[in-house]
Amino acid sequence: MSVTPAIDTKTAVSGGKRKKSLVELLFEGRAFFALIAIIVVFSLMSPNYFTVNNFLIMASHVAIFGLLAIGMLLVILNGGIDLSVGSTLGLAGVVAGFLMQGVTLPQFGVILYPSVWVVVVLTCLLGAVVGAVNGVLIAYLRVPAFVATLGVLYVARGIALLMTNGLTYNNLGGRPELGNTGFDWLGFNRLAGVPIGVLVLFVFAIACHILLARTAFGRWLYSSGGNERAAELSGVPVKGVKITVYVLSGICAAVAGLVLSSQLTSAGPTAGTTYELTAIAAVVIGGAALTGGRGTVIGTMLGAFVIGFLSDGLVIIGVSAYWQTVFTGAVIVTAVLLNSFKYGRR
Amino acid sequence: MSAAADTGPKGEVVLAARNVAKSYGSVHALKGVNFDIHRGQVTTLFGENGAGKSTLMKILSGVVQPTSGEIILDGEPIVFASSSQARDRGISIIHQELSLAPNMNVRDNIFMGREIMTATGVDFAEEERQTRLLMAELEEDIDPLTPVEELRLGQQQIVEIARALSVNSRILIMDEPTSALSASEVEVLFKVIRDLMNRGVSIVYISHHLEEALQITNHAVVLRDGAMTAYAERKDIDLEWIVRHMVGDNFDLGSPPTGYDKGDVALSIEGLTVTDPGGAGYSVVDGLSLSVREGEIVCIYGLMGAGRTELLETVAGRLKPTAGKVVLKGRDVTGQSISACIRDGLVLVPEDRQRDGLVQTMSVGRNLSLASLGAFTRGLFTSTSREAGLIGEAIRKVHIKTDGGAAPIGSLSGGNQQKVVIGKMLATEPEVILLDEPSRGIDIGAKAEVFKLLAERAKSGLAVVYTTSEVGECLSIAHRIIVMRRGRISAEFGPDVTKEQIMAASGEAVHAH
Repeated sequence: MSVTPAIDTKTAVSGGKRKKSLVELLFEGRAFFALIAIIVVFSLMSPNYFTVNNFLIMASHVAIFGLLAIGMLLVILNGGIDLSVGSTLGLAGVVAGFLMQGVTLPQFGVILYPSVWVVVVLTCLLGAVVGAVNGVLIAYLRVPAFVATLGVLYVARGIALLMTNGLTYNNLGGRPELGNTGFDWLGFNRLAGVPIGVLVLFVFAIACHILLARTAFGRWLYSSGGNERAAELSGVPVKGVKITVYVLSGICAAVAGLVLSSQLTSAGPTAGTTYELTAIAAVVIGGAALTGGRGTVIGTMLGAFVIGFLSDGLVIIGVSAYWQTVFTGAVIVTAVLLNSFKYGRR
Repeated sequence: MSAAADTGPKGEVVLAARNVAKSYGSVHALKGVNFDIHRGQVTTLFGENGAGKSTLMKILSGVVQPTSGEIILDGEPIVFASSSQARDRGISIIHQELSLAPNMNVRDNIFMGREIMTATGVDFAEEERQTRLLMAELEEDIDPLTPVEELRLGQQQIVEIARALSVNSRILIMDEPTSALSASEVEVLFKVIRDLMNRGVSIVYISHHLEEALQITNHAVVLRDGAMTAYAERKDIDLEWIVRHMVGDNFDLGSPPTGYDKGDVALSIEGLTVTDPGGAGYSVVDGLSLSVREGEIVCIYGLMGAGRTELLETVAGRLKPTAGKVVLKGRDVTGQSISACIRDGLVLVPEDRQRDGLVQTMSVGRNLSLASLGAFTRGLFTSTSREAGLIGEAIRKVHIKTDGGAAPIGSLSGGNQQKVVIGKMLATEPEVILLDEPSRGIDIGAKAEVFKLLAERAKSGLAVVYTTSEVGECLSIAHRIIVMRRGRISAEFGPDVTKEQIMAASGEAVHAH
């Protein structure tokens, strides 16, 4: 009985409805259209913008924020926040640099030069440990996510500074006779013309998309972010989910740290300062709700590209760095306004 | 008290809706309703969920504007642009969902947004004094400095009422004010309502407790599908009249299912003791033992604070017991996690569906499948087609009225949302289902459907335990009625018990009328 009137009204207002759905389509795809608009505007303003090479360079800048943003998305879907990712990125770079320089074991009187793959694995492990610390603090010790990750932000940055005494590790190229070359592969090499960093970003994005859309874990994450109590009563292991998202966020930060220090072939203890804020901005521009439960990988990727393409475009047309900051801020606020309009309507 | 005296003749129409209609897009929530509010009297609005009661009340209180029709206040047409304009004209509404700040104390909640200011800041002493007066008037022993989150739900409702009373309302709209109150708290509320009537305050009352509403009302208006179907004065009508106009035909809440043999003991609770999770130190469940057989339906009746919720939550694995055992089909499951209990076939449908039952950010279908993800996960990945099958089956089996699994959960009526929560747990194919107040805040038609559904499942061997605070609901499908009082079983009855016996055993003050 409820079907008949629904059909009646649909035919009656179909004219108005089609128009509305176009508006809705524009609204739903706002990050996408913003990206198109940015590309069009900058292409008109600078002949150098719309070239394959420039896009690839910009994309490899985006790769860093994009990787952080993927981890951040998982945390934000859970209703949390991870402020420590910028510091974790810096610490990961420093640890990778430290390992590449060779580890002295005085007891045995030897210097170990681990191969690049060992360095990569150990660095990811480090990211996971940092994330696990966040997760345990938040899930089991009930420290608010903002405070816990703020603390870890300081601690991780401090450790990075202590390890290098504030200096930067250069010469991460390794030496052929020690068998540890290839660190710059992540940052410099290209596969089919695409920088490895960008490929890494896409692999992570696709994996994360599948994780969210097609696995039980994805459903656990959306439900515990939407209503943790209801999820728990439905048998979702909410604490495990919480720890896992922070671990994954830490791993994403470590990988971003590897890509960045590989791009620069140097690892500084201050790398990645305030990157956590850019990552949060990308997630928010991508339409995720900071209250948890809403957001997609595609949106977050668009958000990361909007920020990256905008700030690189401003550099290319020669706008001062100070104005770049103002523009980025305006984009973030606009995105949040649109989000609150969207989620506040119902 | 501070409620303004309205000195006009009693019974005169103070506020009226004329041909009021409201559409949300293509949905017609109200279709030309006429509605009168009489000075110094109670007008009760009856109707199922989705009949348009709340929409009408939102229009009268200025929260939303009607699509067509007009509102007449004291004989003059008026347009409210906002609820604060309506409040300035003396119209207040107490919403069904509480709107208190849980982190703030009672005093600050009551004066929120209209603090009493002096030259040096907020006059907390005066606010506290007035709050104490209000609480004394409501005969509720709540300290003004208690944080609201430390109050029971019923007490929070009293605070909400006190706040509405404190703003000089001459027309007070109460949307389901008693849904969380115990019988004695309802008595207090009714006394307050009578006092207000004597002072000329007009009251609009909405409740699913029909008998309760009949006790207090002077006029009855019945809405169905957005249209007014009946109006009468109290003296001309009875319960059956209301129900007939509400649902359109006869109904009852069912009777205990018969014609099959109950199986072995499915759930056995032995000497279960639970310490107050709030940390007060006493036992909310005190050495309670109970066993339920396959196919049996047990109703647990008790007042608020009797320990019903804590009992069910402990059995289902949410709280840890301090002593005692929970045995499911001969296997000790005491202290198991919630997910392990669900896996073993012991599930809980929580009391507060908004807070504990539903994930508002997910669709109807994803809510339904949430507790049975394992059933359609193969290896790492979920199967879309299997999930769609499971959701379709759940929607059919529990008779959920929805546009399909992809519809947002917020688009469903309260009764259908409740069916989603129940359907979610039934989809896990449990052996024992515990339902904490499954009928709370849903209309009588949906109640009957929920009970019918449970009775059907019991016939196929499901053990059902449900709690209620409405005596009428004990006398429906339950084979056995357990009365809980202060964490213990105070009485046990068969289905032929009377309401008076149940209420006496619960410790409810049965007043001589």
